[in-house]
Amino acid sequence: MKRPMLPRRCCFAFAVVLTSAISAVSAHAETIRIVMDKLVYSPVEAKAAVGDTIEWVNSDILAHTATARNGDWDVAIAAKKTVSLVLKKAGTIDYYCRYHPNMKGRIVVAPN
Amino acid sequence: MLVRLSAAIAALCLLGSGVLAQGAPKPTDPQIAHIAYTAGALDVTAAKQALAKSKNKAVREFAAGMVRDHEAVNKQALALVKKLHVTPEDNDTSRTLTKQAADKRAQLAKLSGKAFDRAYVANEVAFHKAVNGALETVLIPSASKWRAQEPA
Repeated sequence: MKRPMLPRRCCFAFAVVLTSAISAVSAHAETIRIVMDKLVYSPVEAKAAVGDTIEWVNSDILAHTATARNGDWDVAIAAKKTVSLVLKKAGTIDYYCRYHPNMKGRIVVAPN
Repeated sequence: MLVRLSAAIAALCLLGSGVLAQGAPKPTDPQIAHIAYTAGALDVTAAKQALAKSKNKAVREFAAGMVRDHEAVNKQALALVKKLHVTPEDNDTSRTLTKQAADKRAQLAKLSGKAFDRAYVANEVAFHKAVNGALETVLIPSASKWRAQEPA
């Protein structure tokens, strides 16, 4: 049985649309890395935009969290692990570690 | 590596003031390892007593944190001594710590409610302070193998 084939031109057009869609996303969404080392977030203040990904890298041997004070998110990061979160809302978010409340950070999220 | 050890010891507690006083003979690496591990284990035991007795949310969260962090640190400490081929060696400081912790545990067992919470937390603060002092003045300066492992 022979499969019906799409006209070549149609395939090409589809590929172009797909490629530009992918590049549109990757051009804007960035990954911002925040390291937890010796009970400190680094950088303490990060700048990002809606759609960006925050990647928390826990270099410590202790478990940490990144907990937004406004309740938007609460990310648990086990020792020596990395956890990512996509930012969905603009605004300035102060966050802290629930286990070690002296650990404090801030992410300024610009609208996209 | 030294930083890791200091974190390990800093996280320890239940050290009686004066147990690790300056002027005493310098502890050896195997003794330091034993002191560090013992103090951490004692703090986990103390926290478990608090979790069994306290109904205060903040105290329970604190105790849960002590269990979580000290267990993590002690696991790391065991991995470290293995890597460095150091066999922890029991010593007078470890024995004194263990005895003091047992006495404190017996005292705390007789208390309940706010009286227990206050006594537990006060003891945690006092002993963490004692350990931090001992770290700076005795344990870290005495550690030879770990010092050599300090990252440049």
